Amino acid sequence: MQIDLAHFTPIASLIGGAMIGLAAGLLILLAGRIAGIAGIIGGLLTGASDKNWRILFMAGLVLSPVIWRWFAPLPELNMVTSPVGLIVAGLLVGMGTRYANGCTSGHGICGLSRFSLRSLVAVVSFMSAGFVTVFVIKHLI
Amino acid sequence: MKMNLFGLFIGLLFGFGLLLAGMANPAKVQGFLDIAGLWDPSLAFVMGGGIGVALVFFAKAKKTSTTLLTHEVMKLPTSTVIDKRLILGSIAFGIGWGIGGICPGPALVAVGSGSLGGVLFTAAMLAGMFLFEKLENK
Repeated sequence: MQIDLAHFTPIASLIGGAMIGLAAGLLILLAGRIAGIAGIIGGLLTGASDKNWRILFMAGLVLSPVIWRWFAPLPELNMVTSPVGLIVAGLLVGMGTRYANGCTSGHGICGLSRFSLRSLVAVVSFMSAGFVTVFVIKHLI
Repeated sequence: MKMNLFGLFIGLLFGFGLLLAGMANPAKVQGFLDIAGLWDPSLAFVMGGGIGVALVFFAKAKKTSTTLLTHEVMKLPTSTVIDKRLILGSIAFGIGWGIGGICPGPALVAVGSGSLGGVLFTAAMLAGMFLFEKLENK
């Protein structure tokens, strides 16, 4: 293993992470909702009664780069996968996060923050699968 | 109304955090997952910062009976089930995350940035979620 110092951004990532944690923390304490993106979107497909805030939360995520651009150039967002790869990836992410009832935010940030063993198992599972997948893509294929 | 505006605010804050953290950049996510190559440890700092801040709020939420804005009964997730669905679902998610370098939050941010790949991924993700509902309710 070699550290990629050219792309390493510990301070920006720590502050960005803290903002994500603050958003998740405010959402649970002020409104009792878990900031799991997969769950918030999923609720729209299952006919949850609280549709409006879910849609506005998603709108906030979509608008964030639009507003960011008013003040600063957008950070790099480089898609690294072919269109077919993106479709396969999207299907796996959509189905997988619904079966597991959580994604990077729901299990990763919120679940680990409340010391859920269930979430720890989910995080170890998706992280391991991610490491193996990228190893296969970058070093075997 | 209050809840809707709050939802919008939280979505924006979350999105800014993802952008600043580098989490919305698929190339960077793959750099983190590539432990056998040139490894970029940045995303470990995202998790560290996120959990470090959120756990203070969750500790407080565990002791709070009523939510502070919406004045509802505070309900935290109660499931402790560790089963095949959890593990296999997470593995499927992890494989997709590795292939695309995108998870659900960054997918929506990518849509807003005007990325066609982001739109394609998000459409497929919604289709996957829809397929899950269909299979569940068959």
